[in-house]
Amino acid sequence: MELLRFAQRNYNLLLRALVEHIQLVLIALVLSVLLAGLLTLVAMYFRGAGSLLTYIFSIVYSIPSIALFALMIPVLGLGRTTAIIVLVLYNQFILLRNFITGLGGVDSGIVEAATGMGMTKSQLIFRVRLPLSLKPIFVGIRLALVSTIAIAIIAAFIGAGGIGLLITIGLETGNNNRIIWGVILSAGLGIIVNGVLVFIEKKIK
Amino acid sequence: MNTAIEFQHVTKGFKGASYNAVNDVSLSINEGEFITILGSSGSGKTTLLKMTNRLYDPDSGNIILFGENIRDVDKVLVRRRIGYAIQQVGLLPHMTVAQNIAIVPKLLKWDKKRIEARAHELLELVGLEPKEFSSRYPAQLSGGQQQRIGLARALAADPKIMLLDEPFGAIDAINRLNLQDELKRIHGGLKKTFLFVTHDINEALKLGTRVVVMNEGRVCQFDTPENIAKNPADDFVKSLINSCREQEKFWEGLT
Amino acid sequence: MGEIWSNILLYFENNLDAYLTMLQRHTSLSLRVLAIAICIGMPMGILCILFRKQQKWIVGFFQVLRIIPSLAVLVLSIRLLGIGMGPAITALAFLAIPPILMNTVAGLEEVPFFMLETAKGMGMTELQVWIKVRLPLAFPLILAGVKTATVEIVASATIAALIGAGGLGQIIFQGLSVRRTELLLIGGISVAVLSLTAVLLLDLLDCFLQRYKRGVST
Repeated sequence: MELLRFAQRNYNLLLRALVEHIQLVLIALVLSVLLAGLLTLVAMYFRGAGSLLTYIFSIVYSIPSIALFALMIPVLGLGRTTAIIVLVLYNQFILLRNFITGLGGVDSGIVEAATGMGMTKSQLIFRVRLPLSLKPIFVGIRLALVSTIAIAIIAAFIGAGGIGLLITIGLETGNNNRIIWGVILSAGLGIIVNGVLVFIEKKIK
Repeated sequence: MNTAIEFQHVTKGFKGASYNAVNDVSLSINEGEFITILGSSGSGKTTLLKMTNRLYDPDSGNIILFGENIRDVDKVLVRRRIGYAIQQVGLLPHMTVAQNIAIVPKLLKWDKKRIEARAHELLELVGLEPKEFSSRYPAQLSGGQQQRIGLARALAADPKIMLLDEPFGAIDAINRLNLQDELKRIHGGLKKTFLFVTHDINEALKLGTRVVVMNEGRVCQFDTPENIAKNPADDFVKSLINSCREQEKFWEGLT
Repeated sequence: MGEIWSNILLYFENNLDAYLTMLQRHTSLSLRVLAIAICIGMPMGILCILFRKQQKWIVGFFQVLRIIPSLAVLVLSIRLLGIGMGPAITALAFLAIPPILMNTVAGLEEVPFFMLETAKGMGMTELQVWIKVRLPLAFPLILAGVKTATVEIVASATIAALIGAGGLGQIIFQGLSVRRTELLLIGGISVAVLSLTAVLLLDLLDCFLQRYKRGVST
């Protein structure tokens, strides 16, 4: 009951945290997908670039987020920009892995047939490989989105705002209501977004 | 002559199938015979084979091995007495060739020296140089070599009965002919009873001392290759033989 | 740059013992949680295969748990269990079990049916099939799950400094609250190196155990 009363009184606070969080996540996701798309193209044109890039970003991905945030502050300072850069870096591993295996995993018979019909390398990528690997690409984006929602919460420690701020301020001031609402919103957002995307994923053939 | 395997009115059905996979099959097989079981997919040939080492149990009927009803023997013990090789070979990738061959002897708790000697002897039998191959992993072998190891592994504990489920099905035509000849040689030297499942009529007639032709769960004919070729028992067998003759004409037309 | 460097040296001059204690706590907390997560995650994965009807529920539960942000899980555990090492271990174990459990299930399911049938056909008992065939063949994927779990544990153990677990996270959080660059660098680099070392060790183990795939004979 007390939780509900808190929400009623601080409706704006919670809503702002949620909106801020979603903004942060979406900006990071769009930039991540653009960068990953570009890198995937590079990987398609240069042999070996794909595994090299995946390997480099797997190392980045193995660094705990709070440590990467801490290391970026001396270079980039506190704030949202730093948070977004770190989130984009993290997503590259998840996205590249799915994009590259997706595009590379198209049945070699189909690829050979298309090449035999006289398609150029670019035509092959955009007309054959891309349409046939929508599913792994979409799965990659879903995984990146869910992971971004979670890591963005830790970004509150470096001043990126969002749901994480509810929790960090709650921890500092001992305000239980803030903490619990932070937990509910973050968990809820992750579960709902994942649920919706899994539903859409099943519609893609 | 000793009877090695006897199927008595064996029937086995699977849920959701319109006819029994194996329908009232009775066969009597003598020790030392090389029996090939010929049929297309869904004919019940593999089901019949798998009931022989109790991977499946029949719904009704009995299977007798050397006078013993296998229903009364522990499954695991039945299987350890029978060699078993399949098309996919199923070598364990994390074990060397020698370790793969040693699996059944180890289960039977042979001592180390005897196992080593046996592996050596079997590698020679299947035509692979023991020194070169015993410490290799399956990933380092060609398909034909893998199947040779599969045969060696099945023969390891010196079983009186060998079950072979399309062992050469995935091997290219030239290697397959070699392997067929060697299997025939191995059988001749060992006095074992072989049950060999195949869908290749040439293979069946070439290898079998007697051939079982199966269709839709029933045995159409069980006879020597010569008699099957001369007097096909029903339309199904006749059509099989005819398809072979057609091929022969095709070859004659070429030369 | 020169100033940061001398500050870093100064920190180690004055706090070497404290630093080593935090490093030791971080490592031992991570190892303990990893051991617990393996001891729970693997058997549960095996149970999932044995009891297929319940599998959907167990895997589903842990899949949802995986989506919940780790900070939320940690904070929730303070609320429910209080502050200290015990709650930290529990919370971290909850975060580490899902990848191990799910990879165990996936690894065991990926073992081809004919492998199990040939093993049975050779006369292995049910238990022997598990020990000699199923588990060894599932092992590479299980190890990949352990690797994911390890990264998750080292990362969350850093944040668990907030709920009184000690560890290297303390340096980072102190650096954040007093705005000291050298603390951020020391903490950040230490945690990053710890995590990468763990990953490297597991990769080496993986290479060693899977040498048969590359076909190097012993």
